[in-house]
Amino acid sequence: MRKLLPVILVSFSAIIFMARLFYLQIIDDSYDEVSTNIAVRKVYDYPQRGYIYDRNGELLVGNQPAYDVMAIPLEVKTFDTLELASLLKLSPNQLKNQLNKAWRYSPRLASVITPQLTKKEYAYLQERMHKYEGFYIQKRSLRDYNVKHSANILGYIAEANNRDIKKNPYYQSGDLIGKQGVEEQYEEELRGVRGVKYFLRDIHNKNIKPFKNGTFDTVSKKGNDLTLTIDAQLQKYGEKLMENKRGGIVAIEPATGEILSLITAPTYDPDKLVGRKRSRNFTKLYYDTISKPLYNRPLQAIYAPGSPFKALTGLAALQEEVVDLDESFSCNGSYTYARGVRMGCHHHPSPVEMVSGIAYSCNSYFAQIYRRTIEKYETPQLGIDAWRKHMASFGLGDYLGYDLPVGRAGLLPDAEYYNRAYEYPTYNWYASATLSNAIGQGEVLTTPIQLANVTAAIANKGWYYKPHIIKKINEESIEIEKYTTKQQTTIDKKHFEPIIEGMHDVFNYGTAQFLQVPGIEICGKTGTSENYIRIDGERMQLTDHSIFVAFAPKENPKIAIAVFVENGYWGSRYAGRISSLMIEKYLKGNIERTDLESWILSHSLEDEYAKPYSGEPFEINQ
Amino acid sequence: MPKTLLQIDWLSILIVILLIAFGWSNIYSTTVTASDLEVFDFSKIYGKQLIWIGLGVFITVLMLSIEAKFFEKFSTVIYIVAVLSLSGLFLFGKTIAGQTAWYSFGSFSIQPAEFVKTAVALVLAKYLSEINVDLKKFKSQIKAAGIIAIPFLLIMLQPDAGSALIYLAFIIPLYREGLPHWYIVVGFLVAAIFILTLKFGFTIIAPIIFAMAVIIFLFNRKNKPKILKYILITILCTGFSYSVNFILNEVLLPHQKDRFDVLIGESNDIKGSAFNLYQSEVAIGSGGFWGKGWLKGTQTQGRFVPEQHTDYIFSTVGEEWGFLGTSLVVVLFTSLILRLFYLAERQKSQFNRVYGYCVFSVIFFHFFVNIAMVIGLFPTVGIPLPFFSYGGSGLWGFLILIFIFLKLDAKRKSLN
Repeated sequence: MRKLLPVILVSFSAIIFMARLFYLQIIDDSYDEVSTNIAVRKVYDYPQRGYIYDRNGELLVGNQPAYDVMAIPLEVKTFDTLELASLLKLSPNQLKNQLNKAWRYSPRLASVITPQLTKKEYAYLQERMHKYEGFYIQKRSLRDYNVKHSANILGYIAEANNRDIKKNPYYQSGDLIGKQGVEEQYEEELRGVRGVKYFLRDIHNKNIKPFKNGTFDTVSKKGNDLTLTIDAQLQKYGEKLMENKRGGIVAIEPATGEILSLITAPTYDPDKLVGRKRSRNFTKLYYDTISKPLYNRPLQAIYAPGSPFKALTGLAALQEEVVDLDESFSCNGSYTYARGVRMGCHHHPSPVEMVSGIAYSCNSYFAQIYRRTIEKYETPQLGIDAWRKHMASFGLGDYLGYDLPVGRAGLLPDAEYYNRAYEYPTYNWYASATLSNAIGQGEVLTTPIQLANVTAAIANKGWYYKPHIIKKINEESIEIEKYTTKQQTTIDKKHFEPIIEGMHDVFNYGTAQFLQVPGIEICGKTGTSENYIRIDGERMQLTDHSIFVAFAPKENPKIAIAVFVENGYWGSRYAGRISSLMIEKYLKGNIERTDLESWILSHSLEDEYAKPYSGEPFEINQ
Repeated sequence: MPKTLLQIDWLSILIVILLIAFGWSNIYSTTVTASDLEVFDFSKIYGKQLIWIGLGVFITVLMLSIEAKFFEKFSTVIYIVAVLSLSGLFLFGKTIAGQTAWYSFGSFSIQPAEFVKTAVALVLAKYLSEINVDLKKFKSQIKAAGIIAIPFLLIMLQPDAGSALIYLAFIIPLYREGLPHWYIVVGFLVAAIFILTLKFGFTIIAPIIFAMAVIIFLFNRKNKPKILKYILITILCTGFSYSVNFILNEVLLPHQKDRFDVLIGESNDIKGSAFNLYQSEVAIGSGGFWGKGWLKGTQTQGRFVPEQHTDYIFSTVGEEWGFLGTSLVVVLFTSLILRLFYLAERQKSQFNRVYGYCVFSVIFFHFFVNIAMVIGLFPTVGIPLPFFSYGGSGLWGFLILIFIFLKLDAKRKSLN
C-alpha cells in the first residue's frame, strides 16, 4: 500500500489531466470563436477620487475630467504626423519619440502618448480622432482645486512610479497615487476602486461590444470624501498674512486636538501641480532651494523655541517644588552663573516673581529656577533626566503621531546627550552648562506644531489630544483611538494657574501690550530666537526669528496657536501681530484693527532674506 | 566522474533535457517581439533564460562531481544555511509584488525558497535514516514535522503561500517511511470536506457526513466498532465543515479567497483572477488537436494571458502545440516522476531512498498544482512548472534537486 500510493496518485493525476485537456481542446469548441480574429481590449474605468472639505463643509478639492491619448502601436496606420502633433500640442519629433517608446514597451498593448488633456482640448480632438487608427482616448479624473491655499496640507496626486508599483501590487502603470499631505496619508480612503471593462473588437478595430456580455466587468467605486479639521477661512487668512515672509503657523483647538490651520510660507497654488503642467512646475518648486516652497515648515522646520519655553521651565520648577509663587528674584540686567559668565537680560522692572517673570520674560528669573530644578537632584544627570521627563510629557522630542506624512522629532536632550557632548566621565558637567535650556536657547529644538501642542496643553491645564487633521470620512465622524485618548502631562493642574496668569499679563502690561484684542482675553508669550546659517561653509548669524504662542479665550479656550516668522527679529514684531490677528479672525470672524492688519500685509521680509546671499557684509537685527 | 557517467540514469537526464528545450521554445514564443532579431539578446527574457540554462549545465556537472557521501554528511549544515538564507530575506530581501522573496544582485534576483527544498529533502533523509527514528512514534513525527515546518513558516511570512504549499509534498516520503495511515486519511477528508462545503454549502454537506457515518457504521457492524469513536469523528467533520466559511473569510487573505471562489465558479467581486484563468483556458482550448503552430498562437502573441512565461507557460503549449503538445508534456512529466519513483525504490540505503522520494514528490507536486491551476482544476497558486517556466532560481533549484539524486543513485552500490 505504502509503495503503491505514489503510483496511484501520479497515474490518477495524469489521467485526469488528459481527460480535462481532451475536453478543453477537442470536445469543447466554444473557445475557438473567442480567439479567432477577435481580441479583447481592456479598458479601465478610473474612479473619481474622494472630495475634501474643510471643517465647515466648504469644498476644498473636487475633480475634473481629463483625457489620456492612448495608442496601440501595431494598429497605428500611416497618418498625418504634423496634423496630429499639432492637435496634441506636441512637436512632430516628440510624437515620434512617444510612438517609438510605446513600440518598445509593447507593440500590442496600449501606451499613453500624451496624458491628461483638458476637457477643452479633448472636445477639439474628439471630432478628428476617427482619422487616426490605433489611437483612442481614455477618460481620467484629475483634481480640481476650489481654493488657492492649503497646498502643504492637501498634497497632490501623480502617476504611480515604478517604486510605488513594486511596493504595492494594487497599482499599475498609469494609476494615480497621492503624494504628500492628505492625498498621501488617506490615499486608501480617497482612491476608490478601479473598475475594468472588457470589449471585443473585430479585425477592423470596430464593432466594440461588451465581452461575454460584461460577465468579467467590474464597476468602479468613487473614493470616500474626507472632511478635515482645517478652517478654510482661517487658513486662507493666515497664508495671506504670511506673504513675503518665511515661517509657519499652527493653530489647534485645545479641547479636541483638531488642527485648525497649518500654514507654511512661502507656499504655492495647489492648482500648479495638476495635470500636464505638474512636472514642469514641480521641478521649479523643487529646485527653489533658498525659499523652499515644498518644505512644510510647521511640521518639518526645527527652531530653538525661545522664550515661550520659559512657561515650561516655570511649570517644571513648580512641579519639582523648588520655588514658591511669591518668591521674588531681583534682576539687574543679567545673571552671573559662573565666574565671569553671564546670561544677559533686557530692561524691565525688578524684582520679579513667577507671574511677572513670565509677563516681562525675565531671563535671570528662569535661569535660576531652572538651575534649582536640575540641582535638586544628586547629579546633573539625574536632574536633566527628571526635567526631560516633564518636557517629554508635552510631546517634545517626538513626532506627535499626527496624520500627515512628514515631520521631525526635534531635539530634547537627555543626560546621555550631555555626557557625550562633554566627554563624561573624562570631564564633568553641571547644571550651568545646560542653562540656556531655561530660556529656550539651549539644545532644545522644536517644530511649530510641537509648540502649538504645548500651548494647547497649557490652555487645557495639563493635558492634550494628539493633533490631527481628519474629522469625518463620508460625513461620518470618525473616532481613531490615537486621537481620542487624553495625553496627560506630568504637571499638576494647580501649577498652570500662575503660568496662565503670567501669559495673560503679557497682554496686560508685559511684552505684548499693544496686541490686545478688544473683548477677547488672550494669553500668550513672545519669543526671540538667535539663529545661524551656513553658506559655502561660512557660518553667519542672521536676524533673530520672531516667535509667538498664544491661546484664547483665557477661560474655555477655543484656539491655541504658535507662529514662527524667520528672521522677523523680536517676538511681538511679526509673530505676535500675526497671532493676535489670527485669533481675532477665528473668534470674531472679522478684523477690527485694520491698521495692525495693513502693517503686516505691507511689510515684507524679502530684503532680510536676500542679505546673506548678497555677497556683501550685512547688519542684523535692524 | 567518468565512472559516474556510465552508472548514471541517462533516461531521466534525457527527459529533463527534452523538458528544458521544449520549455525554452515556449518562453521564446511568449516573450519575443516582432522587432527582435537575435536569440542571444540577453536583455530579453528568453535570452536571460538561455544564460540560466547554460550556467545550469555547470551546476549539473558540479553536482555530479561532488563526492556522494558529502550530501549525507553535510546535510545539517546545508539545512542551516538554507534556513538562514530565508530568514535573511526579512533583513536584506527585495520586495516584488508584495512578496519579500528575493535577493537582488544588480539586474538579476535569486529566490532562496527554490533551493531550500533540496536542503529540507537532504536533512529529512538524514533524519529518517537514523536508527532510533520511528515515524510510528509521536516524538519522531514531531521532529520530522519541525524540519519541514521551519522553512514552511518562513516562506508563509514572505508571504508566498504558493511556494509554501509545496512543502506538503514531503508527506509522501514520510508516509513511505512509516507515518500512520490515518494522517493521509485525515488529509484527504479535510481537503474533500473543505472543497465540497465551498461548492455545496454546509446545509447539504452536514447531512451527507452524517449519512456516510451511519452507512459505514452499519457495514462495519460485524467488527464491533466503538460507537463513541464514530460519533466523535462525525462531530469533528461537521464542525470543520461548519467552520469553512470562517476560514475562508477570516483566515485566508482576500486574494486567496477569490481564487477559491473563481474555482468553484462563484466569483462576483474581483474578476481579475477569473479573467486570467479564463484567458488561460481560451488559449488552451483554442489550440485544438494540432495547435496553431509555434509563434502563431493568437492569444499567446497577443499577450492576453498574464504571467504566461512563468506560471502560465503551459497555456502556450496548449495553444501553439495543441492536444498533441499538452499530452506530450503530461507524458514526459509522468514518465520522469515514475522513473524517479522507480529509482528511489531501488535504493538500498535508506538515506538515498528517502531523498529520492522527496525529489519525485516535490516535482510531482509542482507538476500537479501548476497544470491543475492552468487548466482550471485548482485555485490560482503561483508556482512554476519545473524545467519549463521562466526563472533562474526555479531552474537551478530543480537541477540541483534532481542531480544530487542521480549522483546518489549512480553510487548506490559503492555506498553500502
